[in-house]
Amino acid sequence: MPKIPKTFDDIQSQLINTTSKMVPMHRQIQGLKLLVGAKQKAFGPRRPVPEFVESAIPDVNKLALEDIDVSNPFLYRQGQWQDYFKRLREEAPVHYQKKSPFGPFWSVTRFEDIMFVDKSHDLFSAEPQIILGDPPEGLAVEMFIAMDPPKHDVQRSSVQGVVAPKNLKEMEGLIRSRTAEVLDSLPLNKPFDWVSAVSKELTGRMLATLLDFPYEERHKLVEWSDRMAGSASATGGEFSDENIMFDDAADMARSFSKLWRDKAVRRAAGEEPGFDLISLLQSNPDTKDLINRPMEFIGNLTLLIVGGNDTTRNSMSGGLVAFNEFPKEFTKLKGNPELIPNMVSEIIRWQTPLAYMRRVAKQDVVLRGQTIRKGDRVVMWYASGNRDERKFENPDHFVIDRKDARNHMSFGYGVHRCMGNRLAELQLRILWEELLKRFDKIEVVGEPERVQSNFVRGYTKLMVKLAKKSAD
Amino acid sequence: MGQITFVEHDDTKHVVEFEAGSSLMQVAVDNAIPGIDGDCGGECACGTCHVILSHEWFSKLGAPADNEEQMLSMTPERASSSRLGCQVIVTDEMDGVTVHLPEFQM
Repeated sequence: MPKIPKTFDDIQSQLINTTSKMVPMHRQIQGLKLLVGAKQKAFGPRRPVPEFVESAIPDVNKLALEDIDVSNPFLYRQGQWQDYFKRLREEAPVHYQKKSPFGPFWSVTRFEDIMFVDKSHDLFSAEPQIILGDPPEGLAVEMFIAMDPPKHDVQRSSVQGVVAPKNLKEMEGLIRSRTAEVLDSLPLNKPFDWVSAVSKELTGRMLATLLDFPYEERHKLVEWSDRMAGSASATGGEFSDENIMFDDAADMARSFSKLWRDKAVRRAAGEEPGFDLISLLQSNPDTKDLINRPMEFIGNLTLLIVGGNDTTRNSMSGGLVAFNEFPKEFTKLKGNPELIPNMVSEIIRWQTPLAYMRRVAKQDVVLRGQTIRKGDRVVMWYASGNRDERKFENPDHFVIDRKDARNHMSFGYGVHRCMGNRLAELQLRILWEELLKRFDKIEVVGEPERVQSNFVRGYTKLMVKLAKKSAD
Repeated sequence: MGQITFVEHDDTKHVVEFEAGSSLMQVAVDNAIPGIDGDCGGECACGTCHVILSHEWFSKLGAPADNEEQMLSMTPERASSSRLGCQVIVTDEMDGVTVHLPEFQM
């Protein structure tokens, strides 16, 4: 039975799916851009696109509770986020902000409460978006991270094989040789930007492999991901020109349609399917026609690109920042390299590369005495849960042999738990194993530059100086 | 008090003692059995304490609840007698039971 369209976006999706057999996908998206442009000219935009200009954020203790707004995209950059969330955890663990630039929303900030919301799929929906704000008007792509069961389960299971441990075992050697290649090319005793030379480079290479994307064009994956996750209306990011996002989506559609069709042709000619994502999608009866559902096709590819990009990249950078703030831990690591797997979990806890996931209440829910109304937006602040003193001892400290580091919330919990968690851990483990083989000192020189976002907690620049390990 | 044998994917066996009333996951974690993570601490929310029971014990324990079923369905190595260890409370009757572990936890 066809779904009855509810909104303008729904109607568009249906229209696009129906016409997808006749019109190339990137043309459809260009068409959408014109359509939305015309609609905005006639009726005005659905809502004004916010533009964020940085100004000094006040001390949280000078604010009334109701004025605390943790959606401010500069909170992390200005180093204020710990104080803000600590006050919320203590005084208003389920907190309502009624007039943020993204609209009203609830913040849930304690570990235990976040776990409750994340687990309660019956009470809280992940649809239609998991970021606080709205995606660009008319570009409501569909991804399984923002779908509820049972549709979520079907879509996720069709792609999770690509990052399942069995597949990863095959990839470990490749990841290690690429990591070694990048590390061997780094300058010694001379400052360089770790973000572009290592974090971006390694994650870009990994994404190209997972998608079997043309290797020499892998920078495109990183750029698309950065702009998709960095939209001002969605996360308070620096990209406020929504036209560019349509162009990106059209570009992605063109690249991935070509990838899809080339592979289908090779397969029809008898080539064995690979272990890459597109091959897996084509092998699964539920997704073998995904190309005919463009918004879902683009959505799920975007999800995997963004999911594998900002997260691992910023954990690769975050580990260095952590060790430089807690230098004794590096000495501990050098003496006890068997701590690397636990250290990886601790880096992911300490950094929390994605600050939150959003839900919408499906019914009225009373939590810590607050009544969350049906339809309200609820933000689960993993970044706060990971620093909750009720759960973790000295939560702001980076402790590589922390006993319960694995309990961190950075992967989320419940059915939306990060699908790529084992890949992320593998990439970080290999990075640190290879770093320890080569370098005796990894020094951050200069203040790290942080991303403008309420969602991505990462670094745009991190100047680092390496000293070689002496031969022993 | 009783004994449970955990069998890793490579057939390494670990015989451990248990007290009735704790969960299979807790028994494994308390005894540092490799191959069980229990990341969420027993909330049925991560799927990293996947165990495979004998068919006999699987039927005796009754069907997994909906939330457990949901998490199990995301596990690629799921077998017909798979459970999440945190949702299986051990009883004295389980003395002598053998529990197999998957190759990987998700």
